[in-house]
Amino acid sequence: MTFATPYLAPVYPEIFLLTALSAILMLDLFISESKRFLTYAYSQLALLVTAALLVMGASGHALSTFGGMFIDDPMARTLKLVAIVAVSFVMAYSRTYNQSRGLFRGEFYVLLLFALLGIMVMISANHFLVLYLGLELLSLSMCALIALQRDSASASEAAMKYFVLAALASGLLLYGLSMLYGATGSLFMPMVANAIASGAADPAILVFGLVFVVAGLAFKLGVVPFHMWVPDVYEGSPTAVTLFISTAPKVAAFAFFIRLLVGALGPMVSDWQSMLVIVAVLSMLLGNVTAIAQTNLKRMLAYSTISHMGFLLLGILSGSLAGYASAMFYMVAYVMMSLGAFGLILMLSRDGFEADQLEDLKGLNKRSPWYAFMMLLVMISMAGIPVSVGFFAKLSVLSAVLDAGMTWLVVYAVMMSLIGAFYYLRVIKLMYMDEPVDESPLVAETDHRVLIGLNALAILVLGIVPQPLIDLCMASIGQSLRG
Amino acid sequence: MTDFSVLIFSAFALVLLGAAVGVITARNPVHAALFLVLAFFNGAGLWMMLEAEFLSIALVLVYVGAVMVLFLFVVMMLNVDLARLREGFWKHLPLGLGVGLLMVVEMLLVVSSKQFASLGAGMAPAAPGGSNTRELGLLLYTDYVYPFELAAVILLVAIVAAIALTLRRRKDSKHLDPSQQVRVKAADRIRIVAMRAEKDR
Repeated sequence: MTFATPYLAPVYPEIFLLTALSAILMLDLFISESKRFLTYAYSQLALLVTAALLVMGASGHALSTFGGMFIDDPMARTLKLVAIVAVSFVMAYSRTYNQSRGLFRGEFYVLLLFALLGIMVMISANHFLVLYLGLELLSLSMCALIALQRDSASASEAAMKYFVLAALASGLLLYGLSMLYGATGSLFMPMVANAIASGAADPAILVFGLVFVVAGLAFKLGVVPFHMWVPDVYEGSPTAVTLFISTAPKVAAFAFFIRLLVGALGPMVSDWQSMLVIVAVLSMLLGNVTAIAQTNLKRMLAYSTISHMGFLLLGILSGSLAGYASAMFYMVAYVMMSLGAFGLILMLSRDGFEADQLEDLKGLNKRSPWYAFMMLLVMISMAGIPVSVGFFAKLSVLSAVLDAGMTWLVVYAVMMSLIGAFYYLRVIKLMYMDEPVDESPLVAETDHRVLIGLNALAILVLGIVPQPLIDLCMASIGQSLRG
Repeated sequence: MTDFSVLIFSAFALVLLGAAVGVITARNPVHAALFLVLAFFNGAGLWMMLEAEFLSIALVLVYVGAVMVLFLFVVMMLNVDLARLREGFWKHLPLGLGVGLLMVVEMLLVVSSKQFASLGAGMAPAAPGGSNTRELGLLLYTDYVYPFELAAVILLVAIVAAIALTLRRRKDSKHLDPSQQVRVKAADRIRIVAMRAEKDR
């Protein structure tokens, strides 16, 4: 028996990331408390090299290795790059916040890197088992990150809720996957798709499995009726962790949807389309209406996330390549906006004070016109007002739904966006028209100012010339899913 | 099946059942845990008879060697309140019996079905000298090496998370650092604060 070494070139970024994070884990033990900055710097360096390996290894076609369990296609590469950049921004934005709250520890960075590894594994998974392992790697690291602030009761509660509900969702998902395995006899996604397309599999078992799979996926994305964990976890976690939860894992959830529903269950598109319509309709309604009643900024953004994810599902359920590409564009835009929004909350917070109430934004323009302007850009983008990337994201998703012939859904989505615009505009009103309640000066590090500026600039520039990003999404989805 | 293997099977099976009953009837939790160890040993014996030697040895090593020892430690250290554990035994008995009966009926249905009878028929007998440890190992380290490594990474996350969430440096421990004591200066021991003089009323 000889063992042929798998073709490792497509996996270099993952291998490097794992090696680097193990090294950081060891190094952190020997670094004294005062030099903890080194751990942060090494983590950023590891991200940089991983991204470089990813870009250098890029080729225009799909490569698979480990007997077909790992797939490296243009979509995977783009999504991984988005996730790496998002994690890098998370680390940079949260640095001072962590320092003042005892979270500036090696474990925070190592767990973030572990979560990123899980995300990358999920994005490249072509086998149910690998997909599940990547998901667990992400969920467990996220759970530990939420609970990292041990002395905070709300963080522990959030971690407990997330842990129990994530375990339940994993159970649902596994049950669905086992049904699919029973019906098709394979765990490899392309073979599952082939078995379904050939009509050899029992349709009753397939639909039964599909229901559980969609339920598990909906939980991971945090959409109605599996959204209950989102507001509590967003509010309870330290803001640095909320920032992470609301960005990179959403990229993984998107890849999860595409790989499972389009890759493996593509022939059943008419079955899952109707399920996603219900989920999307409910998410947009509940997310937007409930967000209006919130006084806590983090909670409001959590409900806004639910509605955004419902909107994202519109792109996926349109069932066309253009639809998937528009959903991907929406996802990238959402990650940018979410980074900006939670990043600003982090920067307005200071030692012993969390700027997580809507009240805290009152008169921000008088205290810091720069931050107020950044928040303004993020909010108009989230509301989907023109000259921001959020507008084009909504536009491209809606045009895909229109092409799929569901005009009523387009009308409904536009109405829901109008309701949503209310609470985003209220934030702008609070910042520009009200008198400040809290007069304490805002101090910020230079790198934070520059990065948040870049972040908001990207929202603005992509709102004026969105075509490059749309083309990128079209190209990566087209090259990855056509074959 | 030869007479001798029937004899061994019956011995293992009877002791297994007896030990399982012992687990739930023993009054002392330590005895219950030890009965569970006995049950595991007999289960391992049955697996050995089915030529599943890797699973059999893994059961003894992992469950008896590690998990049960941990159980025993927990039972002994936590000082479980026995009277409270037995509370409501009679109240919950009907429900428990009902569930138990249901499981027996289900098992009988499965065992008496046609599919079950034909289950082992298609399987080729194991090659003499073949080892399923070797076969499992080959599969695990070649075809499934990627998921296997990922499972290892998940275990590493578990270790990091468990330590990060539970390790506390005790602030109230009264340990002394001799080197600090030697290096102490007078200025560290007493701090002179300039204050305005205040008059006594």
